[in-house]
Amino acid sequence: MIHDFTYLKPSSLKEALAMLAEHKDECKVICGGQSLLIIMRQGLLVIDYLVDIKHIKELDYIQFDAKAGLKIGATTRHRSIETSDVIKKHYPVLVAMENKLASIQVRNWGTIGGNLAHADPAGDPGPVLVALKADIKVGSTQGDRTMALEDFFVDFFETALEEGEIVLEVQVPTPEAKTGAAYQKFNLLESDQGMVAVAAAVTLNGGDKCKDVRVVLGNAGSKPIRVKKIEELLTGKVYDEGLFAEAGKIASEDCEPVSDIHASEEHRRHLLGVLTKRMLKQAWEQAKG
Amino acid sequence: MEKQLLTLTVNGQPYELYINPKTLLVEVIRDHIGLTGTKRGCSTVSCGSCTVMLNGMAVKSCSILAMQAEGAQVTTIEGLEKNGELAPIQKAFIDHGAFQCGFCTSGMIMSAQAFLDENSNPTEWEIREGIEGNICRCTGYNSIVRAIDATAKGEYK
Repeated sequence: MIHDFTYLKPSSLKEALAMLAEHKDECKVICGGQSLLIIMRQGLLVIDYLVDIKHIKELDYIQFDAKAGLKIGATTRHRSIETSDVIKKHYPVLVAMENKLASIQVRNWGTIGGNLAHADPAGDPGPVLVALKADIKVGSTQGDRTMALEDFFVDFFETALEEGEIVLEVQVPTPEAKTGAAYQKFNLLESDQGMVAVAAAVTLNGGDKCKDVRVVLGNAGSKPIRVKKIEELLTGKVYDEGLFAEAGKIASEDCEPVSDIHASEEHRRHLLGVLTKRMLKQAWEQAKG
Repeated sequence: MEKQLLTLTVNGQPYELYINPKTLLVEVIRDHIGLTGTKRGCSTVSCGSCTVMLNGMAVKSCSILAMQAEGAQVTTIEGLEKNGELAPIQKAFIDHGAFQCGFCTSGMIMSAQAFLDENSNPTEWEIREGIEGNICRCTGYNSIVRAIDATAKGEYK
């Protein structure tokens, strides 16, 4: 049962931030609520004030500029990202990821800012956005700050948001030429969360050598895990499936997956290895063009 | 808890309700307004039996605060019928036997209708993706897919 709370509906971002500053840790922000209402119903979250920012239009936008990259406002719905022509053109992996995120109904109402702020390690956008070197802008009445999304995730369901702060915007740089990116989760039901997931982004130099690579594991620990050892392994190398297999082995070791009802730790490690190999291959082939 | 005013339109009928702000949209629809066609199933955004249309979009009413539907146009299964006549998708479900126990049916039909409103000429695969958020434990989905396909092809008026 959901505990009683006072519902607050600010009419602007400014007003929302003032409410957060006033009620501090007695309040929580709701946007789409597709995750939040579940944990409130389970009694895991009991708060005095709920600040609803779902309707705040000034945070609902998708902007793209070749120089500045992509900017997605926090209250932008998953479905808007999935169906955005500009994202489809420049960041097809984001569309593919969104297309597999929960179900249409959830994507119609749930938002990107809410998903990231919830910081479920099984969340889909986190690993992909970290692989794409995204930043996140957060703000309070004290002002805004921007950090690497990688640093935003702190632990299970825990972020770097300070008291009074909310997520404002996700920023994704324009991918360099000769960049490919791929994401896949492993699940038994299409609309389920992944038992594990892997995102890979590969940039080639003018020739056929790897200039830059990122592999990020989802649901393999308390937060998205960027496997830096794989970056060291592959940078400067040419396409080599033996190396991808080695990268897979590193991924299966460089993580801390849990055992739960969906899969054992051992099974998760195995899957992470396989998916890492596949995603590297896929991203690399895409980068070659 | 102090009740708050919620104004919304359900199936074309405007409502003004005073509710506890923790009330979910499905509770407003079923318990306050009395339209029980919308089902409460898993209550965890998984099964889809509570699907309704909110401003034309399929959403799961078990996981939306009713207060967030302020000013919205909500359509439930009861709102599909026009002048006493079932909607084409409803007729198709009957003809194709697209249900057994019927618990998922209203949510399934609302998802199907929202899907067809966006995509009038779908492939079978698109139809299956269109109902990905709705679980049916009886039919094995084939009869449901056939009913949606027949509706898309204009076999029901």
